[in-house]
Amino acid sequence: MNVAPYRRPYWNTQPEYLFPKYASTVKRAPAQPLVVLPHTLSEVTAPVFGYDEVKPGDADLTKQHKGEPLGERIVVSGRVLDENGRPVPNILIEIWQANAAGRYNHRVDQHDAPLDPNFTGAGRFFTDKEGRYRFMTIRPGEYPWRNHYNAWRPAHIHFSLFGQGLVQRLITQMYFPGDPLLEYDPMFMCVADEKARNRLISTFDWENTLPEYALAYRFDIALRGRDETPMENKR
Amino acid sequence: MSLHGTTSQTIGPYLRIGLEWMQIEDLAPRGVSGERVTIRGRVIDADGKPVNDAAVEIWQANSHGRYANPEDRQDKPLEPAFRGYGRSLTDEDGSFRFSTVKPGRVPGPGNSVQAPHLNVLIFMRGLLKQLMTRMYFPDDAANAGDPVLGLVPAERRSTLIARKTSDGTLEWNVILQGRDETVFFDF
Repeated sequence: MNVAPYRRPYWNTQPEYLFPKYASTVKRAPAQPLVVLPHTLSEVTAPVFGYDEVKPGDADLTKQHKGEPLGERIVVSGRVLDENGRPVPNILIEIWQANAAGRYNHRVDQHDAPLDPNFTGAGRFFTDKEGRYRFMTIRPGEYPWRNHYNAWRPAHIHFSLFGQGLVQRLITQMYFPGDPLLEYDPMFMCVADEKARNRLISTFDWENTLPEYALAYRFDIALRGRDETPMENKR
Repeated sequence: MSLHGTTSQTIGPYLRIGLEWMQIEDLAPRGVSGERVTIRGRVIDADGKPVNDAAVEIWQANSHGRYANPEDRQDKPLEPAFRGYGRSLTDEDGSFRFSTVKPGRVPGPGNSVQAPHLNVLIFMRGLLKQLMTRMYFPDDAANAGDPVLGLVPAERRSTLIARKTSDGTLEWNVILQGRDETVFFDF
């Protein structure tokens, strides 16, 4: 049974495993050659989740505790399309982030910045039939890390997306426009294609601002596109 | 319309905040048909050190060899209680575990039929994109003719096949780099 395969990424738009400027890749990247995997029913299917698994409040990270979190409220929304421009409906998006002071609610994060008892930093959403999603959260802070001397991560929100096929699964990070730390960040700089990098930067989204309540940022995401017809599974 | 896929970024060290709510290590509630299997393994880095901040996800067919996904239109039974998806976050010694049923065989390219396997995705700090691999079952006669195992150099195939331990659980380790490095796929 031949299935229509997903297309391979455009060159320089996806990172390699070994990228020494990001030091942790050195001990964790495979050293042996990868084996090219044909796409079969196993790769073009993926888990299907139900809307009842996500509660309406999961999309509002500012309302998960008794009090209001500190920081600047923002709306983060966008659309999930595939590379052919088709909406990707009914897929689970999970996000997580640092608080406004740049501290994660996680025991491993020992950065000397305050935790916020009113902010966990986790959210979930199912894309609608047009592939749209929307979160209310607070703007995350920048924070130092130990990759190199005086290393700082630009402000970012982690995104995890399930696609319609297993090979569409994507984990990425959304950045903010005008962040001066971006060009110093090895994660952001991990691909050679500048346009690809810049697509990780959200845009200021005037239309979705909420007067006297929240500013807004838009982050559109493209998952891998699929060929129309089954091909012989060869590159 | 033609877009370029969004660039992958690492899951980072704080994945638990976002992913722990849906840790699914027991995939098959009572009543799901098939041979019960427990899988245990560890994720190990180039220095032989355990990776304590990885997420291991599996995707598998049910025991009849059908995926719970609309694209799988095979004339085989679906079991509503079995989704076929698992997620285990590694603990301090790098270990993960799943309790599930052995999947049936699913079609492969052309007229081939694949041996029972789990599709495995691995995420961690230090990986700018996920690793993809497969776990096959020990002593399964179908392994010899599996179209994907057949693409793997013979001397490395054993890294994709679990080992049955004395207590009946299956052991399958993920070695990121070095001797006995697990085979990973360019997907």
